[in-house]
Amino acid sequence: MFEIRIHGRGGQGVVTAAELLSVSAFDEGRFAQAFPSFGSERTGAPVASFCRIDDRPIRSREPVTEPDALIIVDPTLLRQVDVFGGAGADAYILINTTRSLDELGLDRLRGRGLQPERLRTVPATELARRHVGRPLPNAALLGGFAALTGVVSLDAVIGAIRARFAGQTGEANAAAATEAYEILERPPEPEVRALISAPAEVFHG
Amino acid sequence: MADGLVQTEGSQAVAQAVARCRPEVICAYPISPQTHIVEGLSALVKTGDLAPCEFVNVESEFAAMSVAIGASAAGARAYTATASQGLLYMTEALYNAAGLGLPIVMTVANRAIGAPINIWNDHSDSMSQRDSGWIQLYVESNQEAVDVHVQAFKLAEQLSLPVMVCMDGFILTHAYERVELPTQGQVDRFLPPFVPRQVLDPADPVTIGAMVGPEAFTEVKYLGHLKQMQALDRIPEIAAGFEQEFGRTSGGLLHHYRTHDAHTVIVALGSVLGTVQDVVDELRGDDVRVGCLGIRTFRPWPADEVRAALGAAQRVVVLEKALSAGIGGIVSQNVITALQGTGADVRTAIAGLGGRPITKVSLRSLFDDALADRLQRLTFVDLDRSLVDRELERMLHSRGSGPHAENMLRDLGAVAAGPV
Repeated sequence: MFEIRIHGRGGQGVVTAAELLSVSAFDEGRFAQAFPSFGSERTGAPVASFCRIDDRPIRSREPVTEPDALIIVDPTLLRQVDVFGGAGADAYILINTTRSLDELGLDRLRGRGLQPERLRTVPATELARRHVGRPLPNAALLGGFAALTGVVSLDAVIGAIRARFAGQTGEANAAAATEAYEILERPPEPEVRALISAPAEVFHG
Repeated sequence: MADGLVQTEGSQAVAQAVARCRPEVICAYPISPQTHIVEGLSALVKTGDLAPCEFVNVESEFAAMSVAIGASAAGARAYTATASQGLLYMTEALYNAAGLGLPIVMTVANRAIGAPINIWNDHSDSMSQRDSGWIQLYVESNQEAVDVHVQAFKLAEQLSLPVMVCMDGFILTHAYERVELPTQGQVDRFLPPFVPRQVLDPADPVTIGAMVGPEAFTEVKYLGHLKQMQALDRIPEIAAGFEQEFGRTSGGLLHHYRTHDAHTVIVALGSVLGTVQDVVDELRGDDVRVGCLGIRTFRPWPADEVRAALGAAQRVVVLEKALSAGIGGIVSQNVITALQGTGADVRTAIAGLGGRPITKVSLRSLFDDALADRLQRLTFVDLDRSLVDRELERMLHSRGSGPHAENMLRDLGAVAAGPV
């Protein structure tokens, strides 16, 4: 079982992202479950969604508390919500940002034993603006997720995007996903390595 | 949407399944978390994919059920869906639908009841209508939701009784998962056209809904009970017929999960069953003899079957997503009735109210407490007692301590309406 938690704000398509991810996994013959968090429903409020992927039927319906992967749609949540809660040392973490990890104040991840190649950023909102014309970063994040984790293929992600968004919108989102995938296929910036390999401190995240 | 295996939202899957049952009148008033179901159906009516069918937008849930009653009495296959306060708002009409013997099928997307207002899942809404005369079926997955809706129309029409299909709001209605959608051909073979037992026809006028005094009121009511009890035979028959046509098991009265040699059994309804089953497997891995009994049919109450399933268990824990203030469990009262004289020790655990997640950790701890005979008769899973104590303290110190919900939210640092 591979469990993903997606953090964002109401209106950013956090739930849609989990749904698309589940469709990608389903299209590859796997079992998948996607569902929203149950809390505030307001636009702009912190929200989370969940996706489970497995080779056998998934029965549990509890929220994902120990994610194998995190997608942070909105980096302003980093100081507001315990987005890293329950994530283990080998978790994949994908953050939508144009800033560096240092600028994001992620030195609190020091000493968590994270694997540098699994903590990545991608400018998904920028990619969306460029390809789609609107700041909707989901498709790019899912493309990035495919490259980062290999849990689903880029083809499956693109298939799910096209099935959900018809015509030009689908194509533009597919292009954003593809570019994010290519970015994430490259090795991480040296600063990530420096951050992760820095001396361990108590983790407060 | 294509036939066969799809990855889709629970509500959309139910809309497709209901459409393939060829309802002729759908009346609905939107309320979360049911709305996506009737939105899906209205789209199918608009495109002509579902025809002949009249989609009636009504001004309230009371009207929704009233239209369903009228449509059903006129011989149409009628469907609606609601949740929470919406179900309460149609209460009077619910009793009429059952008392008149009209085979309406309704989805209840289970949601808490206010106050405090809460849109999330629990079973307070449908549990409050358990005595309305409607058959109540609870589903555990979106596949079962699809399958049981198809069975519900057959059951309702065989018995001339209305059927509520209860599916957990958000947890199921808004979950994307794999579902096998029935084909139109399969449904047509399984579900014959509706032949009403009574029909309002201007060409052959009759009245339906006579006033009945003491001379026959008991007998008409007794008949309603008798028909419900007949459902205890019909429901397994229909589930068997469904399996034959569709090749998968769904529905029925109960779902036994590793109960045969279990000393300790959790009884539950709805979507939490999957999580409970995972925990049962974990404990079985440690050679602990635990099991899980799913109640798929709550009305009529399958007392004999529950007794057969649980009679050998030493400990029974009824996990309930509803609370009857002043006594505690609702389902557990029914379980205790079924187990009279068996010596099984029945405990009640209230969990998942207003959308609070029921986690494996909490369930594991519940099983541990049960196995160690530490469980109180009535337990509130994950209750934040300190939050309650702080409010009790305020009430003790000031007559004008103010509204509970707002005070308690403020303790949690959450934003509530009102002066701050």
